[in-house]
Amino acid sequence: MTRRRVSPVTMAVLAIATALLALLAYGVFINQPTRGIDAALAAGKRPAAPSVSLPRLGSATNVSLSDWQGKVVVLNYWASWCPPCRDESPLLERWQKRIAPQGGTVLGVDSLDVVSDARGFMRKYGLTYPMLHDGDGHSQQRFGITGYPETFVIDRRGHIAAVRRGTVDDAFMRRAVLPLLKEKS
Amino acid sequence: MRRIAVTLLLVLAALPTATASANCRKANFPAIEAQVMCLVCGVPLSLADSPQASRERDFINGLIDKCESTQQIKAALVAQYGPRVLALPKTSGFNAAVYIVPALALLLGAGLAVIAVRWWSSRGGGEPAPAPGAPNRADARRLEAEMARWER
Repeated sequence: MTRRRVSPVTMAVLAIATALLALLAYGVFINQPTRGIDAALAAGKRPAAPSVSLPRLGSATNVSLSDWQGKVVVLNYWASWCPPCRDESPLLERWQKRIAPQGGTVLGVDSLDVVSDARGFMRKYGLTYPMLHDGDGHSQQRFGITGYPETFVIDRRGHIAAVRRGTVDDAFMRRAVLPLLKEKS
Repeated sequence: MRRIAVTLLLVLAALPTATASANCRKANFPAIEAQVMCLVCGVPLSLADSPQASRERDFINGLIDKCESTQQIKAALVAQYGPRVLALPKTSGFNAAVYIVPALALLLGAGLAVIAVRWWSSRGGGEPAPAPGAPNRADARRLEAEMARWER
């Protein structure tokens, strides 16, 4: 029985092809969004909110998400060029007025946006809740954000209790936010 | 009369700016578009089609109309969107592969060429093929021997 000898050229080509495929797989793996938050919530857990430090809109001073610990935070990622964000903003402002006296706040994160556009948007929709700015969107990956708007409801201990990947509505806010306001920190 | 004078003064004041704006050498939009990223889409702006890409294009065009240079426009984009907006991958982490892989590919290609040539030579590929109808080596030796014997 004769064994067929594999030529060095074939071996080299196979090695290169394998290396390139491995590199491609690694690239796809490390660049996919983290969905750990969704998985933890589906399992009935409340994962700790990722630590995020961003400047307030139009300011150079960074503030940390943990600065709001002790409050129920409705963290809303948005951008002025995002049409669904326009529909959602009046509702968020209404809820800000409703939850602020009970130790809650809406916290906006204007992402991948021009600062002057964001300010114009806030003026137009009369938004009064605190606003952070993430110009290059670097904080998004930690929350597994893939689109706008996306909203995370964080309890008084800094744990994520609910997430909405898309536009929020009154039903979601009632279900996700109101019970947390009754919890103690 | 006073109103006309004020209007005239305003028009005259605006003239140099308007003329400068019209006469300035404007930055090349397609060239800038190819050098920056649509951050939402993760592709160069020239290939992107999304609301964020449209806004980025408007932002660039606004600066072009103000006669800003390519470098000034890129700096303004970095100020708004951070350095990731520039279509230059990072030199650290996985993105460093963008710089390393082409060099490695070149080296591998050269190595492959050397291996292929050596392999081809070792299999006798370097010998010239006999012309059609020409005698092979054994026939040629036999022919030469017979010719020598005949000449004697």
